[in-house]
Amino acid sequence: MSVMTHLPADLHRLEAEAIFILREVVAECRKPVMLYSIGKDSSVMLHLARKAFYPAKLPFPLLHVDTTWKFRDMIRFRDETAERLGLELIVHVNRAGVEQGINPIQHGSAAYTGVMKTDALKQALTAHGFDAAFGGARRDEELSRSKERVFSFRSKNHVWDPRNQRPELWNVFNCRIAPGESIRVFPLSNWTELDVWRYIEYEDIPVVPLYLAARRSVVRRGGNLIMVDDARLPIGADEVVQEVAVRFRTLGCYPLTGAIESSATTVGDIVRELETASTSERQGRLIDFDQAGSMERKKREGYF
Amino acid sequence: MKAISDPKSKPPSGLSADPVQRDLLRLITCGSVDDGKSTLIGRLLLDCGAVFEDRRQALERDSKVVGTTGDALDAALLLDGLQAEREQGITIDVGYHHFATPRRRFIIADTPGHLHYTRNMVTGASNADLAVLLVDAGKEMLEQTQRHSFICALLGIRDIILAVNKMDLVNFEESVFNRIRDVFARFSASLHFRSVVAIPTSAVQGDNVTRRSERMAWYDGPTLLAQLEAVEINPDAPQRPFRMPVQWVNRPDAAFRGYAGTVASGELRPGDEVLVSRTNVRTRIERIVSMDGDLARVGAGDAVTVLLADDIDVSRGDVLATPDKPLQVADAFACDLVWMSEAPLLPGRSYLLKCGSRTVGATVTTLKYRVDVANFAHLAARQLELNEIAYVNIATVEPIAVDPYQENRTTGGFVLIDRLTNETVGAGMIRFGLNRSANIHHADFDVTKAARAQLNGQRPIILWFTGLSGAGKSAIANLLERKLYALGKRTYLLDGDNVRQGLNRDLGFTEADRVENVRRVAETAKLFVDAGLITLVALISPFRAERRMARAIVAEGEFVEIFVDTPVEICEQRDPKGLYRKARRGEFRNFTGIDSPYERPENSELTLDTSAESAEQLADRIVQYLRRRGALD
Ligand SMILES: Nc1nc2c(ncn2[C@@H]2O[C@H](COP(=O)(O)OP(=O)(O)OP(=O)(O)O)[C@@H](O)[C@H]2O)c(=O)[nH]1
Ligand SMILES: [Mg+2]
Repeated sequence: MSVMTHLPADLHRLEAEAIFILREVVAECRKPVMLYSIGKDSSVMLHLARKAFYPAKLPFPLLHVDTTWKFRDMIRFRDETAERLGLELIVHVNRAGVEQGINPIQHGSAAYTGVMKTDALKQALTAHGFDAAFGGARRDEELSRSKERVFSFRSKNHVWDPRNQRPELWNVFNCRIAPGESIRVFPLSNWTELDVWRYIEYEDIPVVPLYLAARRSVVRRGGNLIMVDDARLPIGADEVVQEVAVRFRTLGCYPLTGAIESSATTVGDIVRELETASTSERQGRLIDFDQAGSMERKKREGYF
Repeated sequence: MKAISDPKSKPPSGLSADPVQRDLLRLITCGSVDDGKSTLIGRLLLDCGAVFEDRRQALERDSKVVGTTGDALDAALLLDGLQAEREQGITIDVGYHHFATPRRRFIIADTPGHLHYTRNMVTGASNADLAVLLVDAGKEMLEQTQRHSFICALLGIRDIILAVNKMDLVNFEESVFNRIRDVFARFSASLHFRSVVAIPTSAVQGDNVTRRSERMAWYDGPTLLAQLEAVEINPDAPQRPFRMPVQWVNRPDAAFRGYAGTVASGELRPGDEVLVSRTNVRTRIERIVSMDGDLARVGAGDAVTVLLADDIDVSRGDVLATPDKPLQVADAFACDLVWMSEAPLLPGRSYLLKCGSRTVGATVTTLKYRVDVANFAHLAARQLELNEIAYVNIATVEPIAVDPYQENRTTGGFVLIDRLTNETVGAGMIRFGLNRSANIHHADFDVTKAARAQLNGQRPIILWFTGLSGAGKSAIANLLERKLYALGKRTYLLDGDNVRQGLNRDLGFTEADRVENVRRVAETAKLFVDAGLITLVALISPFRAERRMARAIVAEGEFVEIFVDTPVEICEQRDPKGLYRKARRGEFRNFTGIDSPYERPENSELTLDTSAESAEQLADRIVQYLRRRGALD
């Protein structure tokens, strides 16, 4: 039995499992990187990595794929975090996409995500020659994720083949790959959204303030509350910008991320809110609803 | 030092409802295809309120489009998330799902029933404490159900819930339930499960899933949910001895040298004595370091970093253990093996074995028997196919520290990895070490390979000719040996045909026998190199893996692969021994190039084109090559 912590037993077990995975990759892979999306899962993953390698510094850099449409608060938080913890942070933008003026408003979420997220990620991974990339995805997020291994293998073209995944027994992870292939590794596979918030609370981990409720300028659009984060968001003639107490369950590109009305102003409030929540966190992600099975398709193409 | 298990350590911000001591049960569903596993778990999730409203709505939409249940909700679609699964209405890969009740947290691995995807079931079973084994009430006990029961037992699952499902299709008849329960009890007696609780269910309609079925008033046992909440988790987990595989050495600066790893079993405190399994050296734990301060005690499952009192040799792959109960250190083991690859397991072929944080070369030396899952009979086998289960002896190239799997899953479980494809091809469970390394010592003698080579005035080397039958291997090797002889070099030629009349007389031409054939020749060639000879080998040696093995067992630079590259059409035209004609007439099977594969070398040192040059010219080319390498000096 585990005996060393102030954490509840279930969180303690999840923490230890994630630390094991992080260390295994560093021990076996040539050049790992941590995908840092600035969200709550990334914040937890970063915290776990600091614990895993303490007192050494992180033995890998962080990579943020910046679509140029992230909430301003996210970018601020990213830079503060890198500064505060002395992290090696790589920021990658798909320049070709920017030059073509690809944006979520005119091009639709599917095309935009393909260019500014999936392609951008592949560019960065290839350019730096990373052979393993940590991601904060969890199996409770989405159905195709529930089927994915902790160590998920990608071909030279970053393609996932869900019909032919490697057996993964106990905690014996086979990290061997051929040159050019890579592994996506998910240390938080067995966590739930509630676990993430409970852990953030117990460990007092800083998160982007957008997760906490505050009065923000939003417009209602197709059943979603879209925040007016900057002047690039066109406001229709029949739309009204309102001040509403909202927060976000997930963070991404602001025009594609729906807020929820909430009065949860502390992490403790969020935990209590989630214990009675009736919808899943992906409700607020516009990109998952493009078409049936869209996440699996995106993942096959190299999306995280 | 930080207080541990401090009762005062309250959850922050008044989270008093936080289920601090709620334990976690990991379970799998298994059984034959279409017995209703996914439907049962989907139903369980729905009836426990574990499905968010938006997902429930999506399920209603999906049920209409791809469901198998008409207008009703198809609960299996909550789990079968891959496109291909929805199209085919079956589960292909294991999916992991969470739910919680006030008493317990659950992680369910819903596994596929289809025979072809058995390895995905094995993946799910490896981390499960309990299995819900489904049987279709309308069917007989199927072989796949038996296979899954056997795998559960092999992987150490001790508690079984036998869900006799689709009771609605047999009119909720008690006699049907009783019969299946009894058949299973008889069949599984030899598997020694700790508990088997049989429950009659209808997954589609929810009977006995979370609520008692009025239609089966004759049943007075627990519902599925009640049993999942009640079963004890590892009740007889004894106080196991301390073990921690060293995963990573933490050296931020010259002053700090920490050993990071996860405690596999037992407990550890600063001051405890530990033994390093590989070197058998003892030391003490000086500190247990963490980002939150030093720790006074850690236990099984904890991911820790320790500092040792002495400056000794410890590296990744070593295991720290209690000195009074050390692990077994051996290089040969008896173990159970589940084969998970389309390519068969071939005894004699070299694989990688990963156990804990240790990876070493390994070979199955003896396939003692294969298990017939229908009746647990032991069958003789020369190789193992996908999804087959066997009892084998394995030898590793270096000794490793292990425990019996039944005592410790971490130090007793391993995977086998194919060296060429990197696929995980086998799952192994150690029964015991054969301690061969303790009994057979490698003797070192005073006259060494180098000394013998010097006396011979040459560098010993293996010249390995590979290629199709009739490609010209023996002819070129023969000419080459004559030339070397004329130069005063000491040589020996091991020819495939000749070897098969003596040393390898007992071997045929199956894939397994071919592997063994090459292995013996390679070992013989290695002895001749040790004797200081230039050793020529002329052998079809069709598989890359064995050629690579032959190269690996001698020193760097002592192996030269020579590919005699003659197209099969030309070999067949020449047909010096009339073998192609016979093979074409079907007089014998497994002839390389006809009905048995030849894997072309990818980076041999020399490739000889027999259609461009004569055997004489090619032999000269090899002599020149050896000169350039200084092998004849
Ligand atoms: N009548 C009846 N049909 C059922 C019951 N449980 C499942 N089914 C049906 O049986 C079929 C197979 O169900 P699944 O849940 O997909 O079976 P499975 O065991 O998960 O199958 P695989 O995962 O592919 O091995 C579906 O059409 C279900 O609706 C039951 O209790 N009664
Ligand atoms: Mg299924």
